[in-house]
Amino acid sequence: MAPEKNKSIFRNVDKTLVLLYLALVFIGWINIYAAVHNTDHSSIFDLSQNYGKQLLWIGTSLIIVVMILLTDTRFFNVFAYGIYGIVIVVLIGVLFFGKEIYGSKSWFQIGGFALQPAEFGKFATNLAIAKYLSSIDFDKKKKLSKFIPLVIIGIPAILILLQNDTGSALVYASFGLVFYREGMPAYILAIIAGLAVLTIMALLINQFVLMGCLFALAVLIFYFYRKQRKVWGFIIALFIASSAYISTVDYAFDHFLEPHQQTRINVLLGKKIDIKKDGYNVNQSKIAIGSGKLLGKGFLKGTQTKFNFVPKQSTDFIFCTIGEEWGFLGALVLISLYISLFVRIVMIAERQRTDFARIYGYGVASILFFHFAINIGMTIGLIPVIGIPLPFLSYGGSSLWAFTILLFIFIKQDSTRLSGR
Amino acid sequence: MPVRFARSDRKLLILAIFIATGFIYLARIFYLQVINKSYATSANNNVLRYVTQYPARGLIYDRNGKVLVVNEAVYDLMVVPREAKHADTAQICSLLGLSKEDYIKRMETACKYSMMLPSAFEKQISKETYGYLQEKLYRLQGFYVQPRTIRKYPRAVAAHLLGYVGEVTPGYIEKNPYYKQGDYIGVNGLERTYEKELRGIKGMKIRMVDVHNRDVGSFEKGAYDTAAVMGSDLYTGIDLDLQEYGEQLLANKKGSAIAIEPQTGEILCFISSPTYDPNLLVGRVRSKNFAQLNNDSITKPLYNRAIMGLYPPGSTFKMAVDLVGLQMGVITPNTYFSCQGPESWPIKCTHYHGSPLNVYSAIEQSCNPFHFQVFKAILNDPRYSNIRDRYDVWYKHLFSMGFGHSLKTDLAYELNGYIPTVNFYDKTYDKRWNTMTVRSLSIGQGEILTTPVQLVNYAGMIANRGFYYPPHVVRSVGNMKNKTPFSTRKNISSIDAAHYDVIKKGMELVVERGTATAAKLDNIAIAGKTGTVQNPHGGDHSLFIGYAPAGNPKIAICVVIENAGYGSTYAAPIASLMIEKYLMHTVTHKENEERFKNMNLLYGSRKK
Repeated sequence: MAPEKNKSIFRNVDKTLVLLYLALVFIGWINIYAAVHNTDHSSIFDLSQNYGKQLLWIGTSLIIVVMILLTDTRFFNVFAYGIYGIVIVVLIGVLFFGKEIYGSKSWFQIGGFALQPAEFGKFATNLAIAKYLSSIDFDKKKKLSKFIPLVIIGIPAILILLQNDTGSALVYASFGLVFYREGMPAYILAIIAGLAVLTIMALLINQFVLMGCLFALAVLIFYFYRKQRKVWGFIIALFIASSAYISTVDYAFDHFLEPHQQTRINVLLGKKIDIKKDGYNVNQSKIAIGSGKLLGKGFLKGTQTKFNFVPKQSTDFIFCTIGEEWGFLGALVLISLYISLFVRIVMIAERQRTDFARIYGYGVASILFFHFAINIGMTIGLIPVIGIPLPFLSYGGSSLWAFTILLFIFIKQDSTRLSGR
Repeated sequence: MPVRFARSDRKLLILAIFIATGFIYLARIFYLQVINKSYATSANNNVLRYVTQYPARGLIYDRNGKVLVVNEAVYDLMVVPREAKHADTAQICSLLGLSKEDYIKRMETACKYSMMLPSAFEKQISKETYGYLQEKLYRLQGFYVQPRTIRKYPRAVAAHLLGYVGEVTPGYIEKNPYYKQGDYIGVNGLERTYEKELRGIKGMKIRMVDVHNRDVGSFEKGAYDTAAVMGSDLYTGIDLDLQEYGEQLLANKKGSAIAIEPQTGEILCFISSPTYDPNLLVGRVRSKNFAQLNNDSITKPLYNRAIMGLYPPGSTFKMAVDLVGLQMGVITPNTYFSCQGPESWPIKCTHYHGSPLNVYSAIEQSCNPFHFQVFKAILNDPRYSNIRDRYDVWYKHLFSMGFGHSLKTDLAYELNGYIPTVNFYDKTYDKRWNTMTVRSLSIGQGEILTTPVQLVNYAGMIANRGFYYPPHVVRSVGNMKNKTPFSTRKNISSIDAAHYDVIKKGMELVVERGTATAAKLDNIAIAGKTGTVQNPHGGDHSLFIGYAPAGNPKIAICVVIENAGYGSTYAAPIASLMIEKYLMHTVTHKENEERFKNMNLLYGSRKK
């Protein structure tokens, strides 16, 4: 235990996490500078440019960090629902008074800056989930207890979906990992994984061919288990359920998805290869990253990102700049930093004395991981184009603030895990 | 205090998902960046634009430093269709005098080529239009003006000599990767022969463009850029004034006139008539004009008679017969043969003169029977056992005088001419041939064919008493000191120099009091020989070869006027005018000058 005389707010703060945070923020800033660099505005502090603004966001984020560390730990537990409630109200408000940017009505315009409330929904929801799952009301055996967490994540997810920001809404799926850690049966994860495989297959292959294959598979399994009559019913049920699901996916794809969402998925699956149109973003992104080779082209030497071949290169496609200018070595360092961050958060979450802190910690890790996986997976063509930021790196005040708050509430919890304050 | 670590499998699975994702992503990135090389290439294709810098072609000067060919800047209006969507269409149409339909049509062509790459919207805009355009250009998005150079001929002469440039063909590009589609290359004349020297070295600018194909600066600050190097200038031996004068004299006549400086083989003028204005085969009007010239099947203005026209040399050949005879010793300057004039057999004489006569008088009077006797003596030389060996000796002497083979001048498409060989006669006459069979050769008729350039070379060789340098146009390339290799290619005939003195004396007499008195000048002694050449294409060709001043030759000349008539009536006085023009820069027989300038012999002489 740290000596009592050290009353600094940084007492017991996990230095590894803070260093990882600062490293990522710094990497983000210099790469935003590289992405939008031009000789007209060569000062890295130019406030008219994204990198100048990002510096402003970084500065304010550090103020937020200090404020969080000064706050009593118990505040977040006590006011978890309150914060959640406020954010929900704001999310509803943005639907009516928000400004539409890039087709998403999810922004509040305040002076020259735009704020995106959806970003703040993540830590608020995480607080609410941690609060509920750690409360005495929560009983794994009760059906209601299983239902309420789904409502807690469902409300903001639906509100964000209504803002036409599918990517941010999908983030709420990351709580699945938290639920799994807190006792959700493993078969649910297995079913989710199975559904994912079936979904992809259904989109790739003609549904009747796929059903035929499944039927053949069922017959095969049937043959092996022909002496165990109990399994028969299960196999038949599984086959019927799978077939029904495939039809549903096909129908849903054709009728519920917007055309641009359909093409994004088609591009990813390789069904549609038109690099001039729909596949443009991903193709240019891969070209930018691929052209970095082993060691990269060097700082500010990237041509693909600088000359706008890659769209949104300082926000959603910031990883392209890193891949192009710093090469595989840079990507290796960056991904190592992220994985270290996630692993460290999980390790620290596990050492918490309160359920609230632990659950919150898993929420942080899951949300950050989800962003990381979706964002980088998108730039390297493994996942459809879903516009969500890369935590701490992407340009944007709302997201940097929100991720900073998300992480530092956890760091604050951890730093006071022994004293409770 | 004890720290609680939950050793649950669930934690491990979650950690495993995190780490596995990291590894999968790294593997994918490794594939993109290190294993698959195509992305790096695509990146270069995305951003780098290789812009060729075209050098101006070298200039061509005459022997007095007057310029024959210059470059003129022209301006191509280029368009990038993608950027030109909002351009002021009406403005462009009115500036270029286009209709709206024209505009749409041209735009469609440009779009078909590329939306993002520039293509020529209007080629070679006049300077005036360019001036207007430049003021309006800021309002014409997507349009810009690209300067180029094209050839311009300040004095519209020497078309056949200079040749022309044209767009390189796909087949040629395949064999010569230096050229790219749309490049220009010398197609004929000096432009062709000296293409490598004239073309210069193309430069390359590597520009970077952004996603909208906008130029965003040079690549690596231009470290890999190369500047275009202008082509080397050509310094020719042409006398521009003589060239122009000769073309005027040969206007409306089919034929050619070539003059050389005997000591060096430098071509002083090179005329093939009818000719054309070389400015016609430049720029946007080239293809239309070329087709027009090419379709003129009567006068064939594109046909280069000076090196491609094949003529029997006629009487101009008689000196060669005498030279071989003298060299073989079958005649001497004191050998006399008799002539019965029109009664002579087997070849009658067309001139009236005393008989018997020696070689001097025979040349002077162009006596046919005398030269038949010389030829007969050659083919009956008792030192050789049969006619084939004797004929071979004759053949080899002629060959050494520049007949029967291309002289390797610096002009493309020069023909070989023809001297019949032993084999030819063996085949034609089934090995049964003799002096009588080939007797026409003695007076330069029959199967023998020569080009005007061979004839002028022959005249120069006589002037030089037995040697010649191949006739050539270009003295030096790049600078005056960088001589072309012709000055090292001295050819010495197999005839002793002393025999030429005999011939030269005869040729002086020709002009002094023989068949070419029409060429006689008071102030310049001209040596020469006329020829009136029978041919199957119509009236006789009028020929004259000669050199002057006789004592110290500065110019050798050959004039051929097709289907005109006697050599003494047309070719000789024209040659005389040209000689005087070259040596004195002015002519005394103004009436002759006027007469020939206005004479039309395109459809044969009226007398015939």
